[in-house]
Amino acid sequence: MKEIVVISGKGGTGKTSLAASMAVLAGRAVVADCDVDAADLHLVLDPQIREKEDFSGGKGARILSGKCSGCGKCYELCRFDAVFKNEGHPPYLIDPVACEGCGVCSHFCPEKAVEFVPVVNGQLFVSETRYGPMVHARLGIAEENSGKLVSLVRGRAKTIAEKENFPYIITDGPPGIGCPVIASITGADAVLIVTEPTVSGEHDMERVADLAAYFKIPAFLCINKYDLNPGISRDIETKARDRGICVVGKVRYDRAVTDAQLERIPVVLFEGGVAVAGDITEAWNSLIKHLSQ
Amino acid sequence: MTAGLTVAVASGKGGTGKTTVSANLACVAAEAGKKVCYVDCDVEEPNGHLFLKPGLERRRKVYVPVPSVDVEKCTACGACRDICQYSAIAAIGSEVITFEKMCHGCGGCRLVCPSGAITERGREVGAVEEGRAGRVAFVQGRLNVGEAMSPPLIKAVRSSVPENSLAVVDAPPGTSCPVITAVRGADFVILVTEPTPFGINDLGLAIDMVKELGIPHAVVVNRSVPGNSLAEDFCGQRGVRILAEIPDDRRVAEAYSRGELAYSAVPAFREYFEDLLTSVEKEARR
Repeated sequence: MKEIVVISGKGGTGKTSLAASMAVLAGRAVVADCDVDAADLHLVLDPQIREKEDFSGGKGARILSGKCSGCGKCYELCRFDAVFKNEGHPPYLIDPVACEGCGVCSHFCPEKAVEFVPVVNGQLFVSETRYGPMVHARLGIAEENSGKLVSLVRGRAKTIAEKENFPYIITDGPPGIGCPVIASITGADAVLIVTEPTVSGEHDMERVADLAAYFKIPAFLCINKYDLNPGISRDIETKARDRGICVVGKVRYDRAVTDAQLERIPVVLFEGGVAVAGDITEAWNSLIKHLSQ
Repeated sequence: MTAGLTVAVASGKGGTGKTTVSANLACVAAEAGKKVCYVDCDVEEPNGHLFLKPGLERRRKVYVPVPSVDVEKCTACGACRDICQYSAIAAIGSEVITFEKMCHGCGGCRLVCPSGAITERGREVGAVEEGRAGRVAFVQGRLNVGEAMSPPLIKAVRSSVPENSLAVVDAPPGTSCPVITAVRGADFVILVTEPTPFGINDLGLAIDMVKELGIPHAVVVNRSVPGNSLAEDFCGQRGVRILAEIPDDRRVAEAYSRGELAYSAVPAFREYFEDLLTSVEKEARR
């Protein structure tokens, strides 16, 4: 079984559109959406939810008004500016959004007036799609610990793939190079970096390629909308080659990609998307050929 | 000189045009004679410098506090391990091991240690870089590759903005901690979207986020296409104002690919950003 994670550094380069099409092309695959704070894959794969569970990424602190004496110890110790002075009672309050869940305020409160309890900050879903099982999640609004939720999504996808003998897990990753991306790629068999020929796409591809190298994960590259700026596409290819990253595909700029999204179907199944579907199919075939070597 | 104003540009979905809106807005503001600072808080993938091409004059490393255990004083009591919520400290037998990258820097272990064996030292996570791009003051953060936690660096970037400026904060994508750290305390948030199912879905999440934070906000629709009213319909339902609709234009996409401002490539676009600046200032000072 191979776990392939689609990442990009820069947002909006086409990760989700590509991942959705790869789910179709793979034939048998478990699909995982690890972009838990702005998940979109469900909009094209139309999952029917089979299981749902609450996710708790940690604890949160809350001041019990009956016990607080207003000594200000919590205010003094909090490093996350989450404790603030209140006009009424209790004399201090904790901003749940700023609270980092460290528990220092609760531990050191002389009155034991700070409750420190697990908080639900997201939901995990196991669903069925026409193309196979899908594991996805929804991080609560303004919540943290997306890395933990990502690990949970990946773990569940892996369990399903192993139990039911799926040859692939296709994971739609988040943008950036921080916590949720690191949680999405560590230990994966390969990352597919989707970039676009823009100065931003090129810059961000290099940062995310550095990240994959840092965690020693084999990286492959797909240049989306390559004909938007052929010169930068060539630069990106050269940079990839210099890093030993194989360019598995180049996908043309095609309005059909957006049209397919508006129709909410993977672009490889979209009637008006034959040409671009050909590019994506070539990229997928090249990727699995390299992975099987 | 008017008082400072902080306008954050966020989106939920990546690639909708946050940097395009922020950079063009900062430049039209500077051309109108305003004291303006472009603030790149997308520290994982900072791109504003590619468009503004600033001269960077100062670079300051940013550190987060992590524990340092004095083995001579440590009695391996395990209190540090017990208070740590992030599995950043383990006590195995008589040995205490720290996992610095897991540490959130709360300081709990140092406070709880009964033998005074824990002190704190700084661990570098990235840098704040400052400079100027013509009349635009420029600040950006750059997270070191392999670093998971960007909020401390984003805080450092936000605190580097010159006083009494119009600060245009380019936020990272998403709706969780990095974005919240970037937009917290802003006077106004511009949410940039595109009229696609992904763009609208993530706009909904971004609206929920700014509402939770209690920050006044409005929407800019980028790559607007005639006959497509997804964004208008959605914003109508949610009761959120649309401040500007920037048309989809291949010339602008190509200019973007080369690192050019939209209105340098297509002068007619200047008006969109000038009007946007006027509406944002009006909305934000209400």
